[in-house]
Amino acid sequence: MHRDVFETRFHGRGGQGAKTAAALLAEAAIEQGKYVQSFPEYGAERQGAPVKAFTRISDKPIYLHSGVTNPDVVVVIDQTLLKSIPVTQGLSEERGLLIVNTNQGVDNVKSITGFNGRIIVIDAVKIALEELGRAVTNTAMLGALEKATGVVDYEGLKKHILKHFAYHLGEDLAMKNVNAFERAYNEVGL
Amino acid sequence: MIILKRKKWRDNPYLIKIKMAKTRRALTGAQCTAEAMRQINPDVVAAYPITPQTNIMHAFSQFVADGAVNTDLVTVESEHSAMSACVGASAAGARAMTATSANGLALMWEVVYIAASTRLPIVMNVVNRALSAPINIHCDHADSMGCRDSGWIQLYSENGEEAYENTIMGVRIAEHPDVLLPVMVCQDGFITSHCVETAEILDDETVKSFIGEYNAQHPLLDVDNPVTYGPLDLFDYYFEHKRQQVLAMENAKRVIREVFDEFGRITGKHYDFFEGYKLDDAEKVVVCANSSAGTVRVVVDELRGRGEKVGLLKVRVFRPWLNNMIVEKLSRVRAVAVLDRSASFGGFGGPLFTEIRSSFHEEKEKPNIINYVYGLGGRELDLEQVRRVFKELEEVKNGNIGKRVRYLGVRE
Repeated sequence: MHRDVFETRFHGRGGQGAKTAAALLAEAAIEQGKYVQSFPEYGAERQGAPVKAFTRISDKPIYLHSGVTNPDVVVVIDQTLLKSIPVTQGLSEERGLLIVNTNQGVDNVKSITGFNGRIIVIDAVKIALEELGRAVTNTAMLGALEKATGVVDYEGLKKHILKHFAYHLGEDLAMKNVNAFERAYNEVGL
Repeated sequence: MIILKRKKWRDNPYLIKIKMAKTRRALTGAQCTAEAMRQINPDVVAAYPITPQTNIMHAFSQFVADGAVNTDLVTVESEHSAMSACVGASAAGARAMTATSANGLALMWEVVYIAASTRLPIVMNVVNRALSAPINIHCDHADSMGCRDSGWIQLYSENGEEAYENTIMGVRIAEHPDVLLPVMVCQDGFITSHCVETAEILDDETVKSFIGEYNAQHPLLDVDNPVTYGPLDLFDYYFEHKRQQVLAMENAKRVIREVFDEFGRITGKHYDFFEGYKLDDAEKVVVCANSSAGTVRVVVDELRGRGEKVGLLKVRVFRPWLNNMIVEKLSRVRAVAVLDRSASFGGFGGPLFTEIRSSFHEEKEKPNIINYVYGLGGRELDLEQVRRVFKELEEVKNGNIGKRVRYLGVRE
């Protein structure tokens, strides 16, 4: 990418897997020999409350221990946050990228956020409902992020998602998450 | 109190020593600590949950449930009981560990002193968190700094990997016959404990052979050689026992050096009481402990890129305090800013500042030293704040000292 450290900020609501998405990305990157950081911003942790999670990926060790203020990419997992949270804060209109889970178009996101940089939309809820049977969209959003940035190796990230969810949720749900990831990767319009 | 009984763990004497191996993994600071505890395989762990420490015990209790360790995990009803159980176990001759944060440490207070004064080599991870009130779960160092005079050795960790290594080295330091003092390993709550970072983990056998088997010198359970722990000790001998405690802390200075050196020979990572970064020709230096050191390092690189002679001094060991070494490291520097992540109400500056300033009292050659209290209750230390500190140090360097004690990143 254009800087030494690739920085992503995920916006979601407690329980939607923003923290997990940020961690999965970091864990996949480390398996590919990168240095990483991934951390959520904790306020009062509770289901449904807005949460932020960050990932840093670099070829060199990362020493910085403060939050991500100028991300390269912002991923919005829940479209209802567009109106209530300044999701594009610190995101450069010249080189930044905003990826939003929404059933609306780019223009709609642009008019709500006022962001004139690059925007990618994907109906991750539809994908998640069809693949997982639940509106948990973090893996689909990772698919869109991967397609747009190629920040980590595609196969590596897929393998890591499988490994992670197989351990935590069993193989069936792990495969379904991989399917959601793949579908979003293939269907997202750049 | 529930005690999960398990088979006692013993080192397998027939294991052939294999070459040291490191694995790079993505782990939170809490997971790093739990990983160290798994490899240490303590006889007894007693703990009570408190944010942000809980993630350590969450991971460690999984190791217990999976049979990856043979530890008796004692799930107590409070932190006061957690430290009491560790005291009992350690006096009995067991290798005992625990972990806590903030109010949990405050509730332990009485027994924290007892552990040190009874000369019990307990290792405790403190995940630094602000003390109530108002209630706040985020990082500052008020909890561990409050234990400054409790007789515990204190090691600070910049990241999860350092917390892991400090925990392993902490066992060796604590159990050394010339020391026999408990060790507190500190890491920043959330910033370190909940942040997934790249961490180098040593192989199990290297850690096991490094820490060795613990043979308590005077175990309570050795019925052939009966001993007494914690008796009444009035004006006849109390003072002598305190004097010995002071001596043990003095001995710790030598032992910590030996353990750091040995760890360095095995792993290639050489640690010190105070670790300088770009100090050699530095005129302006920031001193701090824990995760902030990483953030300061980024600004040092940035300013060095513009030709400014700046540096960082990271405090790894706060207790015992190595007076001579801080003087040696900083005497040629012209301006020093000491960053304290805790306030000392009514004192002249924070605990780190007080220590450093006093270390220079008799010295002829010394820098101008100022203090910043920062980051209370998890207030973020960002790059801009650190840049501001170096900018203000320019004035201090030129002799315009201004306010000695300042506050960074607060609304005033």
